[in-house]
Amino acid sequence: MVVAEQKPLEEILEMIKPYDRLILAGCKGCVAVCAAGGEKEVRFLASAIRTARKVEGKEVEIKEVTLERQCDPEYVEQLRTFIGDYQAVLSIACGVGVQFLAEHYPQIPALPGVNTTFVGGAEKQGVWVERCQCCGNCVLHLTGGICPITRCSKSLLNGPCGGSSGGKCEIDPEVPCGWQLIIDRLKELGELERRYLEILPPKDWSSSRDGGPRKVIREDLVK
Amino acid sequence: MKSSSRLERILRAGHFAVTSECGPPRGADPEAIRKKGELLKGVVDAVNVTDCQTAVVRMSSLASCLILKEMGFEPILQMVTRDRNRIAIQSDILGAAALGINNILCLTGDHQRAGDHPQAKNVFDLDSIQLIAAVKTMRDEGKFINGEELTVRPRLFIGAAANPFADPFEIRALRLAKKVAAGADFIQTQCIYNLERFREWMRQVVDMGLHEKVYILAGVTPLKSVGMARYMKNMVPGMDVPDEIIARLKGVPKEKQASEGIKIAIETIEQLKEIEGVRGVHIMAIEWEEKVREIAEGAGLLPRPQVQ
Amino acid sequence: MHLIKAFEEGMDGVYVAGCLEGECHFLVGNLQAKKRVQYVREVLKSIGINPERLRMYNLSAAMGGRFAEIAREMTEHIRQLGPNPVKTGRGREV
Repeated sequence: MVVAEQKPLEEILEMIKPYDRLILAGCKGCVAVCAAGGEKEVRFLASAIRTARKVEGKEVEIKEVTLERQCDPEYVEQLRTFIGDYQAVLSIACGVGVQFLAEHYPQIPALPGVNTTFVGGAEKQGVWVERCQCCGNCVLHLTGGICPITRCSKSLLNGPCGGSSGGKCEIDPEVPCGWQLIIDRLKELGELERRYLEILPPKDWSSSRDGGPRKVIREDLVK
Repeated sequence: MKSSSRLERILRAGHFAVTSECGPPRGADPEAIRKKGELLKGVVDAVNVTDCQTAVVRMSSLASCLILKEMGFEPILQMVTRDRNRIAIQSDILGAAALGINNILCLTGDHQRAGDHPQAKNVFDLDSIQLIAAVKTMRDEGKFINGEELTVRPRLFIGAAANPFADPFEIRALRLAKKVAAGADFIQTQCIYNLERFREWMRQVVDMGLHEKVYILAGVTPLKSVGMARYMKNMVPGMDVPDEIIARLKGVPKEKQASEGIKIAIETIEQLKEIEGVRGVHIMAIEWEEKVREIAEGAGLLPRPQVQ
Repeated sequence: MHLIKAFEEGMDGVYVAGCLEGECHFLVGNLQAKKRVQYVREVLKSIGINPERLRMYNLSAAMGGRFAEIAREMTEHIRQLGPNPVKTGRGREV
């Protein structure tokens, strides 16, 4: 899922300074799962913003809304009937949500309340880790199910580099060396000799962000 | 001969090779390189120029290599994959060869988080093994990475790095095999303090017959002080400094530690000369280049042989 | 949620009472509460409200005397801090 983290409150307050009537839009999708932008977070943030304004001796009207998903026009459309009454929408969905709001309501400034960080999953409660770089050409079958693009800080296809120490990456002793993980897994699967000696050729990055903005089309589903 | 490299000639003739390295300045100052070069005259068969080592901005390796070439040295261009994509890399390979640089050391490069511009985007379009393969393809097949033909082939002697002390230990010899298969002609290892562990690695390398496919130059770095030894032991990834070395340096008064470090370096080289498969030594005395001559002399490596 | 709401509505101080550490009926409920209190204190600071207005105390249900003591302590403490800036609207107090 997409993992995001709420922006520091000071930054949010600065962003909404010019407005005293705004919509705070949450999302029941990914950001609810990682506790950054779900219904609970909407209520808390709205209260915090109102409190901050009161301290300044000012008022703010916040309409609290939590959409099923902000990455689907069907749900984004649900704001159509009342969005015109507000000056801005502060979205605590991921970057996709903010952009969809901006695209659907070009007259209303759409503000990002979270920093969208990565595609990943929960390691345990309260801890989310990055697992996928969306390179568009998955090679997990060649590396024992561990992604060299994401888990290796240098995205090596023929790792490890010489900086791996005690199974940890040179950039941070808390970060496991991606290639150590791959080698250990290949050993467990009995595939070390077979896979490791194969030289993987330079990656075709054109399927990733480097190739430009991407699109996926299912012709059989298009009306 | 794969290139016109003096280093290649020395190694083919069966001599024990000596290489060292120069770190370029943090400014547009050619004199800084020339001064370092002066210290190495007559001491080395070839000299590496580092490529923004530790991800810190320095004058480019290619420019520095040219300055050293003009002084009569045989430069080894170090190239990392951290900062350049395959387009720039192939371009620089052609440029280096056109300028008469005969050697290239293919490296991945330290992550930019360790350097002075941690906010930079990293590239890593290729890794070191793909880079070795690219140079080999350009040299031996006259083709770019995409398979298209180039006009004049770059005749470069291809080097790679090996770290017998990095983790995981059990694949370090396999990794060397991979680099040899990709096309490496010579290897420079990380600096050695733990001779036992190095011997173990060399045993595996010899077992796999790799010592006959690639020229291995063992890395040696003199320690200036017990503080430096401790720093290398604890703060530099992939470095193995045994406690005996620390103890030995600690056991001499502070003002004598530097000369003790030189002694250790010389003794290390004497031992390396005896190890099967070791074809030379790569002396890295960063910011202490003036000691390289003393070390080479002390280890009986001077004068350097002349080859045609 | 209740904590931030209390301050929004003008409460001058809030104290959270949890079991003694190591004696929680729900095992670690009191530790989780401590973390949440800490989170809200930081939010208060960002807003400009003195985080000291929100405190957590640990005591057992049997400690009636301590409970009264805490209530007196907290009341005095809040009295010293003065009214919640939300009521005066004259800007940040921290």
